[in-house]
Amino acid sequence: MNIFISNSGDVPIYEQITSQIKDMIMRGELKGGDALPSMRALAKDLHISVITTKRAYEELERDGFIHTMVGRGSFIADANMEMMKEEQYRKIEGILTEGVRLAKSSGISCEELQEIIQMVYEED
Amino acid sequence: MEYLIEVENLNKTYPGFSLKNVNFKVPGGCIMGLVGENGAGKSTTIKAIVDLIHTDSGNIRVLGKDIRKKGKEIREDIGVVLDGASFHEILRAKEIGKFMGKIYRNWDEKYYQRLLKTFTVPGNKPIKEFSTGMRMKLMIVAAMAHHPKLLILDEATSGLDPVVRDEILDMFQEFIQDEAHSVLISSHITSDLEKVADYITFIHKGEIFLSEEKDRIMEEYGIVRCRPEDLASIAPDMIVGVSRGAYSCDVLVNQRERVKQQYPDMMINRIKLEDVLLFKVKGDK
Repeated sequence: MNIFISNSGDVPIYEQITSQIKDMIMRGELKGGDALPSMRALAKDLHISVITTKRAYEELERDGFIHTMVGRGSFIADANMEMMKEEQYRKIEGILTEGVRLAKSSGISCEELQEIIQMVYEED
Repeated sequence: MEYLIEVENLNKTYPGFSLKNVNFKVPGGCIMGLVGENGAGKSTTIKAIVDLIHTDSGNIRVLGKDIRKKGKEIREDIGVVLDGASFHEILRAKEIGKFMGKIYRNWDEKYYQRLLKTFTVPGNKPIKEFSTGMRMKLMIVAAMAHHPKLLILDEATSGLDPVVRDEILDMFQEFIQDEAHSVLISSHITSDLEKVADYITFIHKGEIFLSEEKDRIMEEYGIVRCRPEDLASIAPDMIVGVSRGAYSCDVLVNQRERVKQQYPDMMINRIKLEDVLLFKVKGDK
């Protein structure tokens, strides 16, 4: 498992951890039942605060990606594809909102915008 | 939450300096940094916590007990490294182990040897031949080898190179792998604490002006760079400090997101821990 922490970015460190673990789950690198390092061990290895790793794990737990058992540690939850897709929808929505805002401010119509998406989608 | 150190309304007056109503708590399982400029009161606070000085008033509880009454008992469970304190120059690490074994009931010679090895402190060399970093590592190892629950260190990383400082931070994080353990470390090198500390307590002129989770400080504080005439438009309750330059005006705010929403055109940057200190000290002058 690799986690890369950037101290310069605008993204809070706990969010960097949660999004990277989620990505690993979606890519299938982490599977249901896999053990995660303890919050304290992860904090030590990344040289960050325990509060940061705790917050990351709490958010992952809240969103159903992992479950934590007292005294045994944290484990990846069995993949819930619906939930993963939901998560991706949210991400895409976020990115597209930006595009729509830009389109509106420059007078580009919804049809034109759809054409752009169509084009980009097929290009790839 | 269980607190390993509780300082309540601590007051101590010296000619020309006083600690004024110092209040803060160190929870279990964390590293707390006590940050302030030289002469701010860090060492005095630490000395009061370990009962090395008389205080004028206030309550101090260490590991849940009053240190002035149960000092002997508590000292078995804490490890302390004070600024400038050192073992005698002619001693070797292995000899220090011998006499520390007579001082502490729980001295663990095997663990001591292992720590010396892990942190590459030579056992057989007199301290006078040690580098500054090695001396400090020895002090910390010696403070840890009786399995304390709490480490209290005054300026343990100042004067050391980044490599040794990093090793020492490792030691602290290793120490708090046990959730019942905590570290209180005073420092004016805030970049070290920026990495590993869980809580930061700022002290200035003998007064605590902020004691908070580090993540929260780093996330919520920000520096707005604006024209001096824009200053009046920022809500005063968000302003922590102001620094006026020749071409622009820097404002330390404690609600970065709110400022971003209200003034999308203003330039707002993330902070470093030392900014909080700099704004406070400069704003005071």
